[in-house]
Order: sequence, then C-alpha cells, then structure tokens
Amino acid sequence: MIDVLVVGGGNAALCAALMAREAGASVLLLEAAPRDWRGGNSSHTRNLRCMHDAPQDVLVEAYPEEEYWQDLLKVTGGRTDEHLARLVIRASSNCRDWMRSHGVHFQPPLSGALHVARTNAFFMGGGKALVNAYFRSAERLGVHIRYETPVVSLEMDGDRFVAATTEQGERIAAKSCVLAAGGFESNREWLREAWGQNERGEWPADNFLIRGTRFNQGVLLKHMIAAGADTIGDPSQGHMVAIDARAPLYDGGICTRIDCVSLGVVVNRDAQRFYDEGEDFWPKRYAIWGRLVAQQPGQIGYSIIDQKAVGRFMPPVFTGTTADTLPELAQKLGLDVDTFVQTIADYNSACRVGRFDHTALDDCHTEGLAPAKTHWARPIDTAPFYGYPVKPGITFTYLGLKVDDTTAVRFGGRPSPNLFVAGEMMAGNVLGQGYTAGVGMSIGTAFGRIAGTRAAMAAATAKTDHHATT
Amino acid sequence: MQQLESLTREAVSLAGGARVIPILTAKEAEVGRQMQICNSCRYCEGFCAVFPAMTRRMEFGKADIHFLANLCHNCGACLHACQYAPPHEFAVNVPKAMAEVRGQTYVDYAWPPALGKLYQRNGLTLSVALAAGLALFLILAVAMKGGLWNTGLGGNFYKLFPHNLLVSLFAPVFLFSAFALAMGVRRFWRDVTPATSGAPLNGPAAAEAADAVLRLKYLGGGHGEGCNNEDDAYSLSRRRCHHLTFYGFMLCFAATSVATLYHYVFGWVAPYELPSLPKLLGVVGGISLMIGTAGLWRLNRKRHPLHGDLAQKPMDLGFIALLFLTSLSGLALWLGRGTPALAVLLCLHLGAVMALFATLPYGKFAHGIFRTASLLRHAIEKRKPNPVGLGAD
Repeated sequence: MIDVLVVGGGNAALCAALMAREAGASVLLLEAAPRDWRGGNSSHTRNLRCMHDAPQDVLVEAYPEEEYWQDLLKVTGGRTDEHLARLVIRASSNCRDWMRSHGVHFQPPLSGALHVARTNAFFMGGGKALVNAYFRSAERLGVHIRYETPVVSLEMDGDRFVAATTEQGERIAAKSCVLAAGGFESNREWLREAWGQNERGEWPADNFLIRGTRFNQGVLLKHMIAAGADTIGDPSQGHMVAIDARAPLYDGGICTRIDCVSLGVVVNRDAQRFYDEGEDFWPKRYAIWGRLVAQQPGQIGYSIIDQKAVGRFMPPVFTGTTADTLPELAQKLGLDVDTFVQTIADYNSACRVGRFDHTALDDCHTEGLAPAKTHWARPIDTAPFYGYPVKPGITFTYLGLKVDDTTAVRFGGRPSPNLFVAGEMMAGNVLGQGYTAGVGMSIGTAFGRIAGTRAAMAAATAKTDHHATT
Repeated sequence: MQQLESLTREAVSLAGGARVIPILTAKEAEVGRQMQICNSCRYCEGFCAVFPAMTRRMEFGKADIHFLANLCHNCGACLHACQYAPPHEFAVNVPKAMAEVRGQTYVDYAWPPALGKLYQRNGLTLSVALAAGLALFLILAVAMKGGLWNTGLGGNFYKLFPHNLLVSLFAPVFLFSAFALAMGVRRFWRDVTPATSGAPLNGPAAAEAADAVLRLKYLGGGHGEGCNNEDDAYSLSRRRCHHLTFYGFMLCFAATSVATLYHYVFGWVAPYELPSLPKLLGVVGGISLMIGTAGLWRLNRKRHPLHGDLAQKPMDLGFIALLFLTSLSGLALWLGRGTPALAVLLCLHLGAVMALFATLPYGKFAHGIFRTASLLRHAIEKRKPNPVGLGAD
C-alpha cells in the first residue's frame, strides 16, 4: 500500500506531494486532467504574495506581516481567520528557497505590473512553468503520477481515510490522503444553484465565464460535504473579476481581463453607470468588479474609454469596438443611443478635472453625480471612442472544508487522523470574500506543504501502529 | 482575436494613414495575432528578448514582425510555459509562428531576389548531393590525369591542385556568398530600423548585442539553466553544442586566414604541420565543429515536434551535415596525408567546403546574420524611452 495519496494536480497538490515524498513517504498523485491540461488553475497564475521585512532578491522594499494582514482583512471585509491568515503570511516569507529547490524561478515584476513589485514575487514564465517544474521534480523524486484519474468518492472508517475510488471505478487504498482537487467553479450547474435566481428572474451564473480550468467540477468537495465534513464559506463567494465578454467559457486566463475601467466609465445593458470606477487603484479594485457586473441586468457591462486612455492600460486581447462618435459607439454596442449619450453627457459635465495622474489618487472627480467617480474622472470627449463588453469571470470558489492549522479534514469538530485538505478546497478559511493578487498561491503553497508533511507523518504513524500489532 | 483586416487597419492608423502599409502575409498575420495575446499576458517576459521588445508595441506591423521573428531563438521556453499553447483554442505557439516568418524573411531578403527560392530547396539531400557531386567532379578530374592513387605526393596537395587554381575556385564563391549575405541583411536592417526607434548603432548597444551573440545569451532561458529541447526540461546542451559548432567554425576560418597570411605575406607554403598555428587552429576547430554538429544533429532529431517550423528541418539538417562533412573530411585529410588516399580525401574535403560556401547565403547560415542584426536593433531600441509607457501607470 502506498503511504500518501494526493488527489489533485495543482500547486497545493504538488506542494503536498513533494513535501510528503521529501519526508520519506511513498506518494501517488492523481490528476483529473490529461497531461496537457494538468495543474488546474495554478497554470494560469503568475505570482506569490510574499511577506518580507527587507528587500529580497526580486522583491523590493518591505512588506511586513502586519501590512499583509491588514490588506487581507480589508479585502475580505473581516471574513477571514486571523490565525490561519497569519500562518499563510509567515509561510510566504520563507517558502521561496524550497520552491527554487524544486525548479521554480522567480523574476522581477512584469511590465505593466510594477504596482506589485513590492508585494508579489513573479514566477518566470508564469504558473505553468511552476507546475512543469513541480511535476518534473516530483517525477525525479519518485512520486507516482497518474493523469486522467478523477476521484469521485472516499471510503472512510469513521473519521479515518481508507481508500479513494476513481471515476473509472478503481479503489486506491493509502495510509493517508491529501485532498487538493480545487473548488467547484467549473461546475456550471452548481454555480447556478449557488447563485440562484435574482429579482429579475435571471439565473446570473448562466452568464459567468470560468477564467481557469474546466476540471474543477467540485465532485470530491460535494462528496465530502455529503459525508459530513465540516465546511466553511458561502457558495456564492469566490475570486471573481470582470473579463472580456468574448472570452472562452474556460481557461481564458489572465489575458481576458479588462484594465481600462478606472480610465473611463462602465455602463450596464441599460446604458447606465452603476459604480465608482475611480474608487481606488485598479489593482486594488479589479477583484470586486466581477460581482458588480454579476448584479447588473444580463450580467453584462461595457467599459467605455476615449482616445486619451489608449496606451495607459495593458493591451486587451480582443480588439475593442471603435467609433468616431458616441451615438455610433452605442449603436455598435447595442445600447440605447439616447440613454447612452445622456449618461456620458451627465458624466462629462460632472467631471471636475484637476491634475490627471493615473499613478496617484488624483483630484479629477465628479460633482453632483450618482454614482460618483472619485478619481481619474476626465470627460469622454476625444474620438475615437472604444467599448469593451465585460462579464463576470470566476477564478475560484470559496466554499470549502473547514480546517485548523493542521489542515486535517474535520467531522463534527473532530479532526481526521489521516485525511488532509489544501488549496482551493479550503481557501475559504482565509478568504471569506474578496481577493488580492497572489494570495491564492500563498494559501496553496502554505497549506499544501503542511498537508503533505502531516500526511507523511500520519502514514508513518500508521506504519508504526501496524508493526506494533503484528 | 485580431483578424487580418483589423490588423491592417490598425497598422494604417498607426502610420497616420500617410504611409502605404504592406499587407501582411498569412504567416505574419499569425505572429500578429499571437503577439496580441502575448502582449496582454506577458508571463514570458523573463525568458528572452522577444517579449520585452513586444511590450514596447501595441500593434504589430510587417517590420515589427520581421524584427521579432529574427530576434526569436526558437528556444522553446515560452511554448512549454504557455497557458494558451495547443490544445488551448488560442493555439499560441510563438516559436513556430516566429520560425515560419523567419523562413519567409530569409527568402524575402535574399540577394539576388531570384535566388531566394533556393531556401526551399536546400535540404539535406541537396546539400550532401552537392558536396558529393563536387567531390566526384574533382576526383574524376584528378583520375583523368592519372593521379588518384598516388604515393608520390608526399602530403603536398598543391601537386594535385595548384594553389592558384584553388584560389580561383574558392575566392569567387566565398566572395559572392559574403556579398549576397551583406546585401540581404542591409535591406533587412533598412526595413527594420524605422520600426525599432530609428536610432543609429552605438557602442554600448553593439557591445550588448555582441555579448548576446557570442554567449548565446538567449539560449540560457533567462535563468541560465538553458532552453527546452524534447520536453519542458531546461538543458544547456543546445547552447553548448552551438558554441562548439560556432567556435569550431571560427577556428577553422582563422586557420585558413592565418594560412593565407603565411602564403602571401611570408611566402610559407602549405602543408603546415603541428605545431604550426594554422594546423593547431584547424585541428582544434575541426574537432570542435565535428562534436558540435554531431550534438546539434542529435538534438534536432529529438526536438519537440511543436518547436519551430518542421518544414525548415531539412535546411537545418543540410547545414549541419555540410559542416560535419567539412570537419570530418578535413581531419581525415590531415590524418591520411601520407597515404595514397590523399587525393581522394582532398577531393572529398574540397567538395564539402565548396558546397558549404555555395549554399551559405541561401541556407541555415543566414540565421546568424539576421539574428545578429535583430539583436543589434533590439539593443539600440531598448536604450530609448518606451513609447508605450504602460509600466508608469
């Protein structure tokens, strides 16, 4: 019998497998996806949010524990667990040498991402390069890897893990197990159910796009919940951003994001504005716009800019709709021309332009307009005009299994002696809502490593027990 | 995704509509399409020069695409790291798209233009056949004079082919090759310069580009662990084999140059024996070239099928084969100089060298010339303020 079974193939699963193997356990990793699609959402990531008290290789200045914690507290609106959050934060300060030892390379921030030069360490080549490095290292260390092997259920003896059953019906027994199979964001039925029907009679989730993998169907999560595992989090909460409505249903990844919101206005299907586009720096606000758009009729919005904004934001992957006049733009976008022109006219006349500075919370704002635009408000008056349709893009869901700092799966408050969970399946312990760049990888790395170590220890204990009884 | 039409339109708008913008070929439009995806992702910025150069652009015209295609070293790192690589529907494969345009630029910039088509016909079979044919021709010529199996040469091949005859055979071929390549790269430089800041070459830029060429910096993967070959593992094999090939070739070239000086300046006539300088350079260079090309051949055969343009493999292998045959026959000639096989070996060597030089301007050798030009333009351009200035926001 193998010692440690790891279910999943993303960052948390790989961290767990590597740690368990380094601790001397025999490890089998089951990845649901075929090899080409391995790595789950980790393949779409690009950095790790890292605490550091002084400049560290690619990280500039300092990002102390307290500041990191305050950032997390702010984005989650207090829906977090301080003990677990601080554990993640501290782990993020000393995990990178270990990551490097498994072939991960870091690099200074990408152009256009200088705002996170202090807080985030970028993976050279992005998350897929990291996933490749971890799989390669795992293979070299003797971790057994099987692709296209989704696990559908677990066999338990009380709180103790006994075996996993694959979709193909194979029973795989192990002394301990780490669950790191992701959230349920790829499961459109479950999203539909979680978001329900709104007051307009719409099923908002039907209009969501999934930014990452199609393999996070939440099968195992659902099974664990049914099996009585303690859960945490609201199923409608997740990391959700506004992305280009023309993005593919799955795996659109980073390039489908729309970064020009703070440089213009965003209107809904009725050609009305609905939120302060200039509330704060875009990197601090991008994670709320998915939900904002989800609340609009038809779950669609239109980011509108004029020529003045061109070249000031990351180039979008899809070409915007272009027009020389505002009525023409409205027409091309399928918006009511009169309403749209009125909305822009109201906005334009409310703009109080001071000294425009996109690198600071400048003094360009609106007066007497609801909702206000509090920064970077400049009239949209210079042709050509551009419009980008945006939809909610879900990255991952926060409903997960409740844990303490051992990552043990719990049943009615009792921790399992040999079943652990990491990654998106338990990220909701730290992230009750909201998101800040790179924290998903910090959570996955911290708890993946703990889960792997614990699972190896549990397997070793099981060995000793076995010897003791024979 | 950007279609050809909109790309062309944007290129026209970029130029203010004043200049006539050349319509992109399908291969160029494909690079443009992929660059628009890459430019909104940028995860690969740390690997090489292509992506930092890309971020200085919002749109990709013909000259930008030609520049980037020749800047790409086909290291493969970005393909294996790409979240949008096949089977993703975006089907991003930068090494392949770049290689296909690169192949096209060799043809487009060939001088004289009519000979550009030779790029498509310079495969392995042709290269080896040309070398064999030339060797056979020389063998027959010698045989007709009855000197093919002669023990009385005493290692002196000028008795077979007088020095002046050799010079009159090789000098025109060599000079033509050098001239043709220079004409091609001159036109490339002129076309690419306006798209790469328009600034003239300067010392620091030249030094940086020279460093990148001589160290093959961009086969290092950005982290120094090398590039990809058959899979996602990084390896320094290709860089090392290329170094052995390049420096081996340069040593052989130096051997010939020194020998020429000996002949004309000092009147010291070949053959030269160890430890003379031409012989030392030639032997070391020849061995290095042999090992390097054998390694490159092996790596080329094992290469991941998604890397680069498969249609150019015969050209790659043809060039590798000619370099290998040149070094092999050269070393054989040296070792067999005292035997009756001298004449045959000499004919084989001269055939290989002649074929190598004749195909030089219309084969894989061109990659070094055009890539160096692109690296120079990149080093010049990066010293200018970024026209896009996204990082500031």
